[in-house]
Amino acid sequence: MNAASKRILVDPLHVDNPITLQVLGICSALAVTTKLETALVMSAALTFVMVLSNVSISLLRNMIPSSIRIITQLAIIASLVIIADQILKAFVYDVSKQLSVFVGLIITNCIVMGRAEAFAMANGPRKSFIDGLGNSLGYAVILLIVAFFRELFGSGKIYGMTVMETVNNGGWYNPNGLMVLSPGAFFLIGFIIWVQRAVTKSLQEEN
Amino acid sequence: MELFNLFLKAAFVENMALAFFLGMCSFLAVSKKVETAVGLGFAVIFVLFITTPINNLVYQYLLKEGAMTWISEDFANVDLSFLGFIAYIAVIAAMVQIVEMAIDKFSPALYGSLGVFLPLIAVNCAILGASLFMVQRDYTFTESVVFGLGSGVGWLMAIVALAAIRERLRYSHIPAPLRGLGITFITTGLMALGFQIFGGIKL
Repeated sequence: MNAASKRILVDPLHVDNPITLQVLGICSALAVTTKLETALVMSAALTFVMVLSNVSISLLRNMIPSSIRIITQLAIIASLVIIADQILKAFVYDVSKQLSVFVGLIITNCIVMGRAEAFAMANGPRKSFIDGLGNSLGYAVILLIVAFFRELFGSGKIYGMTVMETVNNGGWYNPNGLMVLSPGAFFLIGFIIWVQRAVTKSLQEEN
Repeated sequence: MELFNLFLKAAFVENMALAFFLGMCSFLAVSKKVETAVGLGFAVIFVLFITTPINNLVYQYLLKEGAMTWISEDFANVDLSFLGFIAYIAVIAAMVQIVEMAIDKFSPALYGSLGVFLPLIAVNCAILGASLFMVQRDYTFTESVVFGLGSGVGWLMAIVALAAIRERLRYSHIPAPLRGLGITFITTGLMALGFQIFGGIKL
């Protein structure tokens, strides 16, 4: 892998992260992060859709007329999401019930559409594949960090296994209700941005 | 009365932005100024108000199990609901494109002020979210009109409130790494926390 492709893969993990810098895909990132398991399934589903949509849109990029490109892109993405949704329903039905409406929302997940528009429409399939992979990994990283803290402090568990026994079950840990509520996710992402930009000063914004 | 309750519920208790966190990307990205926030908010209301009822008809008469019996009795067992996503997003994308052309033709001034935010509505999750909730809760046609309108009004209020706060924040001393996106996330979190007070209300 040459240096350019490596950058396409690694940049979205930190300096060009889809969630904390491009402000893409926030909606689903907040909703599915109360547990590590749902976050993991969501990331996997998004990776599947994202990589395939980037590659197929990139293959078709010279044939899509620009006046109807939004509908075309959405049609491709929507078909892929339907496939992902059916697979989830077939193999992990319980998780797919929890994700409910949000798997459908991958369609309007701005990451998929945003990368299709910004990258796949202008680059070849190989690069677009790497870009899709990199951005879904960058998304997954933030999702997993947020889900880890929300599950740990919200219900004293890590991936469904009890780490800190809660008071309700006769243990000592008094769970932090804020973490289970969705505003908790906002604070966590805010803090992640704070840490990230304190470490890498070049990412800070002008006021 | 029932419908008025549904409206209040859609606008406050189940606020698209602050209770379900839908349409967050544009919510965070387009809230730098109150003026543009108001413009985007009204465009979202308009599109929600039109697409939710249309998608309701699509669901009731084409996609639901046995929905196509109005064409012929033979279709009683046809269940096309798995095509939901693609049908709804097609309606939304087409609607946004039509709205864009109509505004461009009849009110160039408004078109100019909305600019790029108009096509962006197509990928605003709140729009598709409203259609999916409408299907999940099996709303009738009238209910879906009210629900679409209520969700839109709720989203408008939320984005205008955030934009107003951000305009004031410009004059405060925020730690450098938090400036911009970071503090916006925390502000939105606090606003969402405030909106939780509507949570216990049963209408």
